[in-house]
Order: sequence, then structure tokens, then C-alpha cells
Amino acid sequence: MAAPLTLLLLVAVTVRAALYRSSLADLISERVEVVSPLTAWKRVVEGLALLDLGVSPYSGDVFHETPLIIYLFHFLVDYAEITFMLADVITAVALYLSVKDYNKQVFRKQKYALEADRYPLDCLELIRSPKEMQYIPLKVAMFYLLNPFTILSCVAKSTCGLNNAVIALFVLSTIKGNSRTHSSPAEGNSIYPLTLCAAALLYLLQRQYIPVNLRRFSFWWFVAQYAFMYLGSLFVIVGLSFFLLGSWDFLPSVYGFILSVPDLTPNIGLFWYFFAEMFEHFRLFFLCVFQINVFFYTVPLSIKLKEHPVFLIFMQLAVISIFKSYPTVGDIALYMAFLPVWSHLHRFLRNIFLVSCVLLACSALFPVLWHLWIYAGSANSNFYYAITLLFNVAQILLVSDYFYAFLRREHHLSHGLYLKRKDGSEATLVLK
Amino acid sequence: MRWEETVVEEATADKEDTSAPETVVQSSVPQPKDDFQEELVIRPLHSGDIYASFQFRTLWETDFMRGNKVSHYRLFPKSLGQVISKFSVRELHISFTQGYWRTMQWGQPFLPSPPGAELWVWFQDSVTDVDGTWKELTNVLSGIFCASLNFIDSTNTVQPSASFKPLGIGNVTDHRFLRYATLPREIVCTENLTPWKKLLPCGSKAGLAVLLKSEKLFHSSFHSQAVHIRPVCQDWQCKTTSWELRQTLNVVFDLHTPGQGKLEWSLFKMFSRTLTEACPLASSSKIYIDITDDPQGEQFEVSPATHLLSQAMVLGDRRTFSVYDLTQQITFGTVRSLNLLIRWKSSEGYIHYQPSKDRVRPHLLEMLVQLPPNSVTEVTVQFERALLKWTEYTPDPNHGFYVGSSVISSLVPSIVAMDTNSTREQPLFSSFFPCKEESSYFMRVYTEPLLVNLPTPDFSMPYNVICLTCTVVAVGYGSLYNLLTRSFQIEEPSPGLAKRIANIIRKMRGVPPL
Repeated sequence: MAAPLTLLLLVAVTVRAALYRSSLADLISERVEVVSPLTAWKRVVEGLALLDLGVSPYSGDVFHETPLIIYLFHFLVDYAEITFMLADVITAVALYLSVKDYNKQVFRKQKYALEADRYPLDCLELIRSPKEMQYIPLKVAMFYLLNPFTILSCVAKSTCGLNNAVIALFVLSTIKGNSRTHSSPAEGNSIYPLTLCAAALLYLLQRQYIPVNLRRFSFWWFVAQYAFMYLGSLFVIVGLSFFLLGSWDFLPSVYGFILSVPDLTPNIGLFWYFFAEMFEHFRLFFLCVFQINVFFYTVPLSIKLKEHPVFLIFMQLAVISIFKSYPTVGDIALYMAFLPVWSHLHRFLRNIFLVSCVLLACSALFPVLWHLWIYAGSANSNFYYAITLLFNVAQILLVSDYFYAFLRREHHLSHGLYLKRKDGSEATLVLK
Repeated sequence: MRWEETVVEEATADKEDTSAPETVVQSSVPQPKDDFQEELVIRPLHSGDIYASFQFRTLWETDFMRGNKVSHYRLFPKSLGQVISKFSVRELHISFTQGYWRTMQWGQPFLPSPPGAELWVWFQDSVTDVDGTWKELTNVLSGIFCASLNFIDSTNTVQPSASFKPLGIGNVTDHRFLRYATLPREIVCTENLTPWKKLLPCGSKAGLAVLLKSEKLFHSSFHSQAVHIRPVCQDWQCKTTSWELRQTLNVVFDLHTPGQGKLEWSLFKMFSRTLTEACPLASSSKIYIDITDDPQGEQFEVSPATHLLSQAMVLGDRRTFSVYDLTQQITFGTVRSLNLLIRWKSSEGYIHYQPSKDRVRPHLLEMLVQLPPNSVTEVTVQFERALLKWTEYTPDPNHGFYVGSSVISSLVPSIVAMDTNSTREQPLFSSFFPCKEESSYFMRVYTEPLLVNLPTPDFSMPYNVICLTCTVVAVGYGSLYNLLTRSFQIEEPSPGLAKRIANIIRKMRGVPPL
């Protein structure tokens, strides 16, 4: 498996290097779909220049990265392209290794269930075989590296690539079993990966064979340990940022910026036009509603998917990418990289053709309608907004479709594949 | 500090009238007195380029026109002496130039010359066939200087009647004896430099001529080498005359490093050589550095420092020079080589930048810059357009937003002494800005404001946008809610309407349904 992976890495690095040398690199780094005020490379350069000039980079409204990023690039600014390519490579390798490990566990659990005779007889075709699972890690790495969204994000030198790398390392360390200290860098850059800690907690509980029972002491003890370690490493990261910078300026500029959404630059998310057209009276209310919306699905999803924490991680990543305040295509690329892991659900997916067509069409229409609005002046902001809405609806449908297929497969695995009605005819399953 | 006040008739340096006969020969023929001087003038130019002008002058008190041929040549080159006597030349001026002198950027050269080759000659009035002599002269000169001067013929020769009067003594001004030709196509290369250097008494082995290496000299913006021969007066009453041979070489080096500004020049950087000794045959060997533009040493510094200073009137302007005397051993110091270094001092600019905060304060950029004269300075700022909340737009949003004018405040040197006494009775229009010093006045310039077109949201849509976005969020919420709270069940077909009503009645009666 190492040789195809190496070949894939070489191809990915070559494509990115070729694009860096072409004239498209400048064009891409200006696109609002690829960079946001949080992740733009131009702002990192501006922050570094302000630091050299002796002005705090957070005194203006330009720079919204954590001090760790600014000090990282203080040394690496000449090697920026290599850094971003390396971040993509690290993400791909981390995802590859974690999916490989996950597949082993899935197969092992399946084997135990088969031996314990827990599956009904007619759903044997739903059982997964090692042969079909063999190429999945490579496909995951390929889906991430060769995704046009990832390539665009890397060529634009958006720091989303670095965020993705940290999240992928977090997923890898969770699956390997010791994610307590790796979570906070992910959370250090933006607050949304906080929701992933619930999924990681569930995975570790499962791995240590501690049942999720609210009345048992071992469960609470583990939760307390995990929370302590997580919060401790979070404070370490924040404290380190404070000592690097020398003041607490970065807290309102980074976290306050993410939560209060003052910058209304168009992007592919839902926040910008909504808050551009919001009545002042209701602004705070809807801001709270939208931000709670991101964190809100954590508890219900955790309860429903407590036996399947990796799918929970996928769902959380998707929810964050869709509903966060400044999404970019780089965030989408991360959760899309997980899709090959659930390729066995394809027979239960209902809308996949429609969703993929809509996603492709919207990706093509984004630059067209932007040009018509800003440069040609013959369209207005509603056109771009409409495509944003459609893009997000398509993503929501994609995610809920996969969720539906996953739940349905679980249902079939426990109740049998070919179900009959009371009168013996073929049954249809509905959600009731 | 020793100041020398000198007055010069025509171009540059001080002329020393000392002749230095090296040997005293006991012979009946009085030894003609000859003298050799060499000098180098370095002038830093405003644009960061540097202008170096070499002059080698040989004075020889002899008479080529007399019957007895001159046989003993010492400092004066034999080839040129024979040319003068054979062709009865009174004055000869030849120059080879590559490049065009940019007067706007570089000022005036000490010895101007046109691109290509230029040759103008005054013949003695004893010459009968001037054209034939001219033809032979050009052929001989093309052999001496390895240049294609043999292309000079009647098609490119003229006899100017008003200009090109003799530069030396002589009152014959009959322009029949003057011939002027120019070959603009002639290129200058190493083959022209080598015979030119051979005419020098020390050759290129000692003195200032060691700096004349062709690989650096021809890698310049402007290169011109010339030979000027003319009779001059030896003393004030002009009782004795001597022949003067001047060999001049002007070169302008430029610095092709964008973004670095002016750096430093040194002899080694310009010529890839340093000086180790003066020419032993020279009576005077000096280097002059033009420091008129920077007398206090604020803009550039010259090292090694010298305390010799000299002033001279050049082209109608009094200029000050730092002098390095190569005949004195102390100039070379302990390392026994001289590498002059001219370094520009970078002036510390001051920048004050306060970035803006959205809806709190604007950008402020203040820069204290020193603008060089006759130059253009550009300041560029990158910007991004932002989308504002719909209430933050003015009622006419498509007009655009105004960005205020930039302000330039400056103290401008004034030609008239300003009055610093502000309490004196003055008209109102001249007494607004306080005057702190006499030599400059305060001025403030405002630029045009900028009108920027920002993208606007659709102002008619707030309610629609809220509804549509909340619909999308509700789609997400609804799908996930369904999947989270419901479970899969087998669907039983529902009975028809009649049956359902019957079932309801049966249920009320307590009877099992159909």
C-alpha cells in the first residue's frame, strides 16, 4: 500500500507545484469562495508586516489568525508554498492511516457479530469483505488530495489547509487511542472543532469498553479525565498564544470575530447576506440562533450515533462546514474526503445523483455570477446569494442522505434485508 | 584643510606649470621640456550612477614644424608626433564614443562627444592640398586607433564655418583648413582601447591607467575615449608654445539593482582594480571626488577620508572636490593600495501606521520621506472592497463612497529670505503659516478625493433574505430532526375512507375493527 500512496502524493504535489508557478495562483488567491477573512494569505502577510513595523497585528481589523500562526510564518514565510503542500500531504496521510485502522476495527466487530449470530440470514450481502475494504484508505487520500477544492485551497495558500491538517491529526490520534492532547490545536484556530471532542470521547469510551451509561461511575470518571485533559491543553494553547504576543488582544480579534461576524464579505456560507440585510433590532438574536445552530446538533447526534463515533465525526465535520460563519471550499473538502469510507451505503442513497449535479453546477456558477455582479454589473447580489443557498441545500441533502443510508443499513442489519408486510408482500420502510 | 582657489580658462582641473625634467643630459641640443599629468574625477550622479573622467595630459615644448625632425620622443607618443609633423596638423581632435550622454539625468560632461567616431582637424596654413592630406590623415589614424576611419571621405566630411574654432593658440581662422567628419555607426571596443592606452607614457602598467580594464569599461552606460592635440601657451605672455596632448576617457557606470536604491561605489566595483602607485613619469597624479552636492557629508561618505579639498569653476559653477594625491605615499596607507569607497547614507524614514477597525476608526498612514530632486515617487496601497450592512449605505449608494484627500506637508526652500518675525505688520494673506526659519517656507498640498464604487446588496430584500436563509437552515434542521427522532417502520397501507369511518364507529362501539 505504500507505493500507490507515494505515487498519489507525488502526483498531488506536482499538480500543486505546477499551479503555483502559473499565473492562476494570483487569481485563485483572490477568489472569495476559496479564501475568507479568517484564512486569507494576504492577511497573514499583512499581519507579519505590521509585526515588523512594531504595530500589533490585532490593532486593525485585517488579521484574524491566532498568534501561533503568525509566529509559525515568521520563520516560514519564504517557504510558504512548501508548508501548505506539506499540510495537505500530512492531512492525506493522517486520513489514510486513520481510515485503515478504522476499517480493521469495523471488520473485527463484524467478525464478532457474525460469530455471535447477530445478523439475520438474509442480510449477508450487506456484510463487508476485506477485499472491498482494501482500497478505501487510498481512495480517501485520493479524494482529499485530488479534490479540486483542496487544490484551489492549497494554491491560494489559505490557512484552511493547516486547520484541516490539525483536524486530521486529531482524528488519527483519536482512532489510535490517545487524542486527549491533540484536540486543542484544532480548537485553537477556530472554536467549532470543539464539537468534535464529544465524538472523540465516545470513540475512546468504546475503545476502552466502557459502556455509555449515565448511572455508572466509570463513565463519569472517564468523562472527567477527558474533560480535564482537554481543557488543560486548551488553556496551554491559549496561554502560549498570550505569551507569544504579550497581550490578550487576540481573543476578541480571533474568537470574537468568529462569533460576532462583523465582516460581511461574501462567501459560500449563509451568514453574510443574512446579516447584511438584517434589521438592527434582531441582529443579536439571530446571531445567537445561527451560532447555537452549529453546536446544537452535537448532543442529539451523539445520542443517536453513540455506537458509531467515526460516523459521528463525519457528521460533525459536515455540520461545521455547512453552518460555520466563514466557510470555504477547503472545509468542504475535508468532510468529502470521508465519503469513500461509506461507499458501501450506495444502495441506500436516494438523492445522490441530484445532489452531485447541483454541487457541480453551483461550483461552476459561483465565479460566473460573481463576475456578473461585481465586474459586469448586470446581475446583483441576489444571484450570488441564490447560488449560495442552493449550494448549502445540496450539501445538507448530501449529508442527510448519507445519514439516512447509514441508519437504514443499521436497521436492516438488525431486522433483515428483505422485509415483508403482514400480508406477505414487499414492504416499504418509512420513518415514523 | 587646504583650500586652493583656482581659475581655469576652459574645462577642469588645475593646471600646474611645472615641468619636471628627469634627466639632465649634457649635450649641445637643449632638452625639450615635457611634462605629464594624470587625473581622475569621480562625480556621483543623482540617480545613483557614477561618472568617472580620466585625463592624461602631456605637454611638450617642441616644434614639429621646424626643419629638423624631432627624433627623441620621451613622454609624447612617437606615432602621434609623426602624424603631426607629416600632415602639418595644427589641431587634432578625435573621439570614440559608445552610448548617448543623458544630460537630463547626468548633468553636463566635462568633455562632450557624439556617439560613434568624431574627427576634426585644423591644418597649418602651409598645406596646399587639404583634401588629399585629410584623406591620408584619416587612413593613418585608422591604422593607429584600429578604427574604420578610412570610411571618412567627401561624403561625410564638412568644413564648418562658424563652430569648431581652434581650441589652442593660433589666429588662422580660415575654415578652408578645417575638416570635420563624424561616423555615428562606429562602435568602440577593446581594439580601440588598447592602442589608445599604448599612447600613454606609463602604458597601462602604472598610475591611473591600470584602472582602464576593458571588461568593466565597456560594461557601462556611456563610454567615450578621445585624443586632443593642440598648441598651447606656456606662459602668460605666450612667448613660448608647447604642444599639448590630452587623452581623455569618460565613463558612466550604472547600478542595475532594482529596489535597493543607491548603495556604494568603489574603485574596485567600477574598474575591478585598485591603485597601488602613481605613474613615476607623472608630475601630478590626483583623484578628485565631487562633493559639491554634499559638502557636510550627509548624503554620502567617502573613505578613506582625506583632508585635502579643492575648489574649481567648472561649466559656470563653483564645485568642491576632495583630492587624493597619489604621488604621496601616505595616500596608499599601510595596505599600499587605494580603493576609494563612496557609500550613500540611508536616511531613516519615519512611518506611522494605524490600521482601521471596522465601524470604529479609519486607517492612518503617515510617512516622512526625503524626495530626491527631479524624481517621481509612487506610493501604492492595496485595498479590498467590503460589503456593508444595508443600513450603513447612504441613500444614494450607487454614487459611491468618498475617500478623503491625502495631505502632503513640506518645508520648501525659498529663494528669498523669509521674515520670521510674525508680530510685524503684514497683510493677512502672507501671515497664516508661522515661519520658523528664514530659508524655507511651509506648504501643504491636498490631493483629489477618491470616489470608490462599492458592491451593494439588494435593499428591497431584507424580509425575503431572512425567510430564505431561515428556510435553508430549517431544511437542515428538519432532515436531521427526522432522522434523529424517528425510526424505521414497515408501512402498512392505510384502508380506504369508508373503512376508516367504519373503524372509528366500531372503536366507539368497542367492537374490533375491520
